[in-house]
Amino acid sequence: MNPLKQLSVLAAAAILVLPACTNNNEGAQNTGAINKSSAAEKVYVAPGEYDEFYSFMSGGFSGQVSVYGLPSGRLLKVIPVFSVDGEKGYGFNEETKPLLETSHGFIPWDDAHHPELSQTKGKPDGKYLFINGNNTPRVARIDLSTFETAEIIELPNAGGNHSSPFTTENSEYVVAGTRFSVPIPQSDMSIADYKGKFKGSLSFISVDPEHGHMDIDFQVLMPGFDYDLAHGGKGKSHGWMFFTTYNTEESHTLKEVNASQNDKDYIAAINWKKAQEYIEQGKFKEMDSEYLINRYDEKKHLAETIKKNKVRVLDPTECPGVVYFLPTPKSPHGVDVDPTGSYIIGNGKLNANLTVHSFDKMIQAIENKSFADEAYGIPVLNFEDVAAGTVESGGLGPLHTEFDGQGNAYTTFFISSEVVKWKLGTWEVLDRVPTYYSVGHLMIPGGDSKEPWGKYMVALNKITKDRYLPTGPELAHSAQLYDISGDKMELILDFPTIGEPHYAQAIAADIVMNRSKKIYSLEENEHPHAAKSESEARVEKNGNEVHVYMTTIRSHFAPDNIEGIEAGDKVYFHVTNLEQDWDVPHGFSVLGAQNAELLIMPGQTETLLWEPLKPGIYPFYCTDFCSALHQEMQGYLRVSAKGQAPEVLATTGD
Amino acid sequence: MKTAPRIITILAVACLMMLFFYPLWRITLIAPQYPDGVTMYIWINKITGDSPGTLQNINILNHYVGMKHIEPDSIPELTYFPWVVGALGLLGLIAAFVNKSGLHLAWAVVFLVLAALGIYDFYLWEYDYGHNLSPTAPIKVPGMSYQPPLFGSKMLLNFNAISYPGTGGIFMGISMFLAFVAWWIKRKTARS
Ligand SMILES: [Cu+2]
Repeated sequence: MNPLKQLSVLAAAAILVLPACTNNNEGAQNTGAINKSSAAEKVYVAPGEYDEFYSFMSGGFSGQVSVYGLPSGRLLKVIPVFSVDGEKGYGFNEETKPLLETSHGFIPWDDAHHPELSQTKGKPDGKYLFINGNNTPRVARIDLSTFETAEIIELPNAGGNHSSPFTTENSEYVVAGTRFSVPIPQSDMSIADYKGKFKGSLSFISVDPEHGHMDIDFQVLMPGFDYDLAHGGKGKSHGWMFFTTYNTEESHTLKEVNASQNDKDYIAAINWKKAQEYIEQGKFKEMDSEYLINRYDEKKHLAETIKKNKVRVLDPTECPGVVYFLPTPKSPHGVDVDPTGSYIIGNGKLNANLTVHSFDKMIQAIENKSFADEAYGIPVLNFEDVAAGTVESGGLGPLHTEFDGQGNAYTTFFISSEVVKWKLGTWEVLDRVPTYYSVGHLMIPGGDSKEPWGKYMVALNKITKDRYLPTGPELAHSAQLYDISGDKMELILDFPTIGEPHYAQAIAADIVMNRSKKIYSLEENEHPHAAKSESEARVEKNGNEVHVYMTTIRSHFAPDNIEGIEAGDKVYFHVTNLEQDWDVPHGFSVLGAQNAELLIMPGQTETLLWEPLKPGIYPFYCTDFCSALHQEMQGYLRVSAKGQAPEVLATTGD
Repeated sequence: MKTAPRIITILAVACLMMLFFYPLWRITLIAPQYPDGVTMYIWINKITGDSPGTLQNINILNHYVGMKHIEPDSIPELTYFPWVVGALGLLGLIAAFVNKSGLHLAWAVVFLVLAALGIYDFYLWEYDYGHNLSPTAPIKVPGMSYQPPLFGSKMLLNFNAISYPGTGGIFMGISMFLAFVAWWIKRKTARS
């Protein structure tokens, strides 16, 4: 270990420990807000009034997305994405189970890091929210007219999908990059043979402009580094995608030390328009790679799985002009492109300073063929040729930068636990505020787009320690809201979050709320097992498979008395909610169900599989307080011993 | 001045025909859970709402107090009202063509009588829905009936029921007024 490295690690350790030491003295008295009453006024959204912004926060290890209103910090919804959710029957009902299918089988959990709004002309358009699953590499698409997961695509040739799902200007692509390089194609080999044998892949996932359907257009096969984060070019740099790398050392063990040795790692600049040309010319390899695409059909109310077997792969050594490496100090985490598309910021996470590259200088250097080196056949540009400037931040551990659209940038510093505001072009530091504590990403509404709404900034903190009432060993992570409309950043709100919000996105409320659905049309319901009126309610028994076609309407089920079921039968309850009124879901739950409840929206059909083990009478009931007679919304099932069941009976009101 | 009553009568018939394009009456129910209200539109040939589900939603709310379901298919008026309005329009056109004082008056009076009968009929339906309650209703409030007003607003348990003519109804009112104006002008010009 070199002396400088030792010093910075020591400094990091000291600063990490510092807040804990001073707890007793300052602790929660440290509000950080300059003026309590003016802060309260700024975040006060009167009862019955709406927030200005929707913000979407990743759940991290919860696998979900939470939706908060800003500036109030009120939780509006938790959207289940990668993890099963008993509350909504997500991943438990037959309709959503296929969403969690992968080539590794049914995966009921993942680690969701980065939400990204779809864009049109470089601005969030409020149509979709994408989010990555890091553990079993996947990308999900949430439809913002329903706030439900509409699609999940699996990524082949990947290990740890972290640098994802960042978008291009018109969501031509959302990208996915391997954080953990692996043998491509996968093979059983010695881990010690990592160097040169393990590979990374950068996937370009196309998004169908009409339906939003995702598929992998192509992958770029890369050296076995760790691909950490990404961001798309915009304006003049539209057509490029930038990925940070670390572990260019290609170490395979004790990475905290071994992957921190190189003074500079790279930002990989991918010219995806050039890549498209190579694809058109057929200069790709078709690789056998198994992956699944799971799509939810809003009319059928169910998800279907499409199996894919091949993916188009580009080898950058055979496709000159597609990939360039920009040397960037100290294991950069975030790579962020300013709203004009001129600057590419590398947040070197083991560094004090922030490196800014110039897109124009990069293009110039490429035209001049001024290359310092090559890495696995990929040209490495000269640092001096591409560097636009350095922000002498005075902080330590920069992770991520966003922009306010007024020429300012805001960078989080994890180790020194602060946000630093600085000026693009002059690189001077304008302001700094502490965060409580250890901020990861930050978010400005539209802050990674061409036109940020530069009014608020949210810091997403990893450690909360003494900030809230203690809840035992496990504490919430937090979001801190700052007013950035003035020269000085001002902390105005601090609220706990669900899971670990790695990153967030926010958008002006009116763009999303006007597209929000109230009900599903019963008339348009194409579910194969829908009962669209009470006259279609029935029970069909075929051997030990029973299909109950059930309806709900305030305040009864049809049928609500069912006989003829035998222990050991597989009973499918296909429940259709006949309601066509806003905010009238019905729930369905039955004693002994080994999965969860159903929570059925108006006009929707959902299916619960129930396998009763013992004869007896089993009640079922509505779980969502739907009406004045909700408590009466219940029914009975009779389960008989095998071979003892009477005729099938299905009635309501005798 | 000779053609004025004719033109006015034709105008009146045109207004009357608006009943085929706009609802005759509208009833809005407002409750805490329905801040925007639920509005039902009564046409001469159908009953609609501000969404495809409105009628179902009103029926769901009504069934708690034992009101009958509103089933447009079982209301015979919705089948023959269009014919009555059509015939009335035809009569108006004849009056306009002949352009005689007596015929203008006849049309206006027939119009008035039919309109009065129509409103009385509407009242009877409202009375029936509001009073003829199921004895097994889950919610029974002694002495309570749920007849919405013909004109104006009235609290029915937690709902404020507001009933006013719809666009078509307003046009019908104008039409009837014009029918009498045509007759009055005709009579005056005939005398002078
Ligand atoms: Cu219910």
